[in-house]
Amino acid sequence: MEQDLTKSKSKIIWLGDRAKSTWGKRQNIEGRAAQIFLLICALLSIATTVGIVVSLVSQSVGFFKEVSIWEFLTGTRWTPILIPRSYGVLPLVVGTLLVTIISVIVAVPIGMGIAIFLSTYAPEQLRRIIKPVLEILAGIPTVVYGYFAITLVSPMLQKVFTNMLIFNALSAGLVMGLMIIPMVSSLSEDAMMAVPQSLKEGAFALGATRFEVALKVTIPSALSGIITSIILALSRAIGETMIVTIAAGATPKMTFNPIDSIQTMTAFIVQLSLGETPHGSLEYNTIFAVGLLLFLMTLIMNLLSQWVVSRWHRRY
Amino acid sequence: MQNSNYLYNSNILEVKNLNVWYRAFQALKEISLSIPRHHVIACIGPSGCGKSTFLRCFNRMNDLIPGTRISGQVLLDGQDIYNSGVDPTEIRTHIGMVFQKPNPFPKSIFDNVAFGLRINGFKGNIKEAVESSLRRAALWDEVKDRLNKSALTLSGGQQQRLCIARAIAIQPAVILMDEPCSALDPVATLKIEDLIAILKEEYTIVIVTHNIQQAARVSDYTAFFTMADDRSGILVEFGKTNEIFSNPKDKRTEDYITGRFG
Repeated sequence: MEQDLTKSKSKIIWLGDRAKSTWGKRQNIEGRAAQIFLLICALLSIATTVGIVVSLVSQSVGFFKEVSIWEFLTGTRWTPILIPRSYGVLPLVVGTLLVTIISVIVAVPIGMGIAIFLSTYAPEQLRRIIKPVLEILAGIPTVVYGYFAITLVSPMLQKVFTNMLIFNALSAGLVMGLMIIPMVSSLSEDAMMAVPQSLKEGAFALGATRFEVALKVTIPSALSGIITSIILALSRAIGETMIVTIAAGATPKMTFNPIDSIQTMTAFIVQLSLGETPHGSLEYNTIFAVGLLLFLMTLIMNLLSQWVVSRWHRRY
Repeated sequence: MQNSNYLYNSNILEVKNLNVWYRAFQALKEISLSIPRHHVIACIGPSGCGKSTFLRCFNRMNDLIPGTRISGQVLLDGQDIYNSGVDPTEIRTHIGMVFQKPNPFPKSIFDNVAFGLRINGFKGNIKEAVESSLRRAALWDEVKDRLNKSALTLSGGQQQRLCIARAIAIQPAVILMDEPCSALDPVATLKIEDLIAILKEEYTIVIVTHNIQQAARVSDYTAFFTMADDRSGILVEFGKTNEIFSNPKDKRTEDYITGRFG
């Protein structure tokens, strides 16, 4: 016992010495190094964003010197590389919105259905299988989705719409909807799982069925998370490039007819940057004008989702 | 089991040889007792003795927990609520529940009370029903001018009375209360206790409480639970509250209520 005491005493002294001599310094250096490294990481991403905005804006300035913003935003003909040239971006915007709307019409009901099923009905074991499978869906390269659209979905749809081309808004939109299902379902399910069990039990105790609990308690309580997931999926769909480049066609057309061949903003940018348009020309600068508009659209979406989160955030 | 001496007329609930398992663990073992109509029954006992599990057997809330298994009978007016044809959601409209932590929905005060009425297809005047429920829960005067405000703007005690109003709106026969005052301050607690005394005129109330004094104050009958050696919950003694508190038959009950154990 006595021996133990001396041992522990000596240990304390030893620790004390060590702490005095090196600990403070080491922690300081490590702390500072980590701090600086993390700061650089943060600054790097901010700098990238700023750089992108600057390059978009500066290159667009050249474009907007020759084409008025009004003409750009309201014109209904987009033929920047064909004569007569016309720089009305609306056909591209409409094409983008058309595909996006189709994809959301697919993704929201199915994604929500999955979220409700997983959070309300599915036994734990099944949940543990379905969630990772869904995440695999999110990990499939978009080029695969694109070829899935033209080799499988379009030919199937052509049996219904016999005059439809292989490249059309509907197939691209349907497949893109498939792609964003996991975003909607996973984030919505997280939000619905975060609703306290006590709230759900409160509804059960009043004689509510599982479906009523999901519909009238869980979803309203998780609404901010659900809306955020939908907005994020929307901006993903707006910015999606590969599927629409492959499957939606290359015809800027002012139409809301889903079986038409169209062109989205992103697909146009790809098309033009792969072509032989000389750098610095007006045609080339259209890329940046369209890119800037696209950037603003997704920015607004993201701001909207942040606003939803802050405005509708529920305390339970 | 001592409660065989207590056979009351017009028992609203009867529990016969009830066993509950959570997977391999037996949470309740061979519980039998009868609950008389329009009285307050307190369930007391140390933590983990299965009081809450017992309470949740009455409205089949344990069904919601995967891996729960039940044997024995729980009779509501003579009908076994665990019969295969019985719909648990139907049972829950007859047996309401108030929880440990006030859990109003993030909706308006009005919608909270109307919730049960709406999902159960109430045909009458919802406004009147909400008002009468709030009055019976002694909350009307405090909230009548702000029925459309969020229920989360209420204080904890008010929220709990709102939960009581919500439970009684659908006219259950029994109200289960799972430590309804454990999250409340003494003043709010007293209000709930007063309310319980009034509500028993119309309802049968089964209340789980950690607070022995509260059991003595509000209840007509007391059930004392404890843990057996294998940690499963057993009913030690059930009887009139004044008898249990003044003259407990079992040594374990006496130890618990005098504060020597638990």
